[in-house]
Amino acid sequence: MVAFTLPKNSKVGPGKTHAAPPGASNVRKFRVYRWNPEDGANPSIDTFEVDLATCGPMVLDALIKIKDEVDATLAFRRSCREGVCGSCSMNIDGTNTLACTKPIAEIAGDVSVYPLPHLPVIKDLVGDLTTFFAQYASIGPWLRAESAPPQRRERPQSPEDRAKLDGLWECILCACCSTSCPSYWWNGDRFLGPATLLQAYRWIVDSRDEHTGERLDYLEDPYRLYRCHTIMSCTATCPKGLNPAKAIASIKSMLVERRS
Amino acid sequence: MPRPARPLSPHLSVYRFQWTMALSILHRFTGVALGAGLVLLTWWLVAAATSPEAYAEVRRITGTYAGRLVLLGFTFALIYHLCNGIRHLAWDFGVGFDLRTARASGWVVFLAAVALTVGAWFAGYAIRGH
Repeated sequence: MVAFTLPKNSKVGPGKTHAAPPGASNVRKFRVYRWNPEDGANPSIDTFEVDLATCGPMVLDALIKIKDEVDATLAFRRSCREGVCGSCSMNIDGTNTLACTKPIAEIAGDVSVYPLPHLPVIKDLVGDLTTFFAQYASIGPWLRAESAPPQRRERPQSPEDRAKLDGLWECILCACCSTSCPSYWWNGDRFLGPATLLQAYRWIVDSRDEHTGERLDYLEDPYRLYRCHTIMSCTATCPKGLNPAKAIASIKSMLVERRS
Repeated sequence: MPRPARPLSPHLSVYRFQWTMALSILHRFTGVALGAGLVLLTWWLVAAATSPEAYAEVRRITGTYAGRLVLLGFTFALIYHLCNGIRHLAWDFGVGFDLRTARASGWVVFLAAVALTVGAWFAGYAIRGH
């Protein structure tokens, strides 16, 4: 359902300000979304003044520094710190990206940090991705083949067929694209969203997969696939530089082509 | 203690407005406007079929500044929706998904729509004289 405003319990109020330590030489303000499930209050924006002179270059470095030195209760996901795990996806400076690969230097003025948009918040910057991963599971994201594989070796694939997976296999399921999509905001319970659809296409075009027809059948639905209106927010925000909008268009075109 | 209802994270209010997103909203908006505009078109046709007096009344109302403003909006909605429809058609053929191309084609469509709207009104005034 389209709802432009936030529900009453989600309205964001002012929060605490943590001043920079004395002697700080290069101070930037980080305005961070906070919500604590235990205090019953609405979400708020806390301001942390961080001395960049003693901080690593990325937004994740600043968040870790805040957690280490100022407020240990700040909750966020992170793991690899090099853009391959997809854990630290969040809304930074107005767009979704990975905190670990987003240089602070790229941001002008205060750094605003929110959880991924339009998700139920578990705590602070941690959004609930249960639906997102259930949708991913629903497409059967693994190789499905009936024919027996060759003895003692993997299923062969020509370099040309392998090349079709480029721009798809790199997806790390960080959910930046899906949660940037207005269609996913309004219909996220039924529209699969760009990340899941790109992954679906990754299996549809895999020459070794033998369930292409079933995969297309599952997607041929007014909501699962066709809520995509080519808004392009997914492609604009993907921290890996992939193009979910194009993958979705490819699925649509395969659905048309198989009718003729 | 029961767990409190989880808040919904901010979306529209925090997301940076983007050109492709803006044009998409404009496409939806002009589509709705065209739906409403059809009522005006029907009103005009029914009046023309009813009597010279009814037609003159429609002409009088559409000739006011407010009426002309609505007609100008209708013209832009029609032309923008048409031009962006062609952009969507190219996408349906799998063309123009590169982000730079998508932004550029957005500018082409938007500027073309403005230019064609202005052109249509210039032509209209040139033919009618006022």
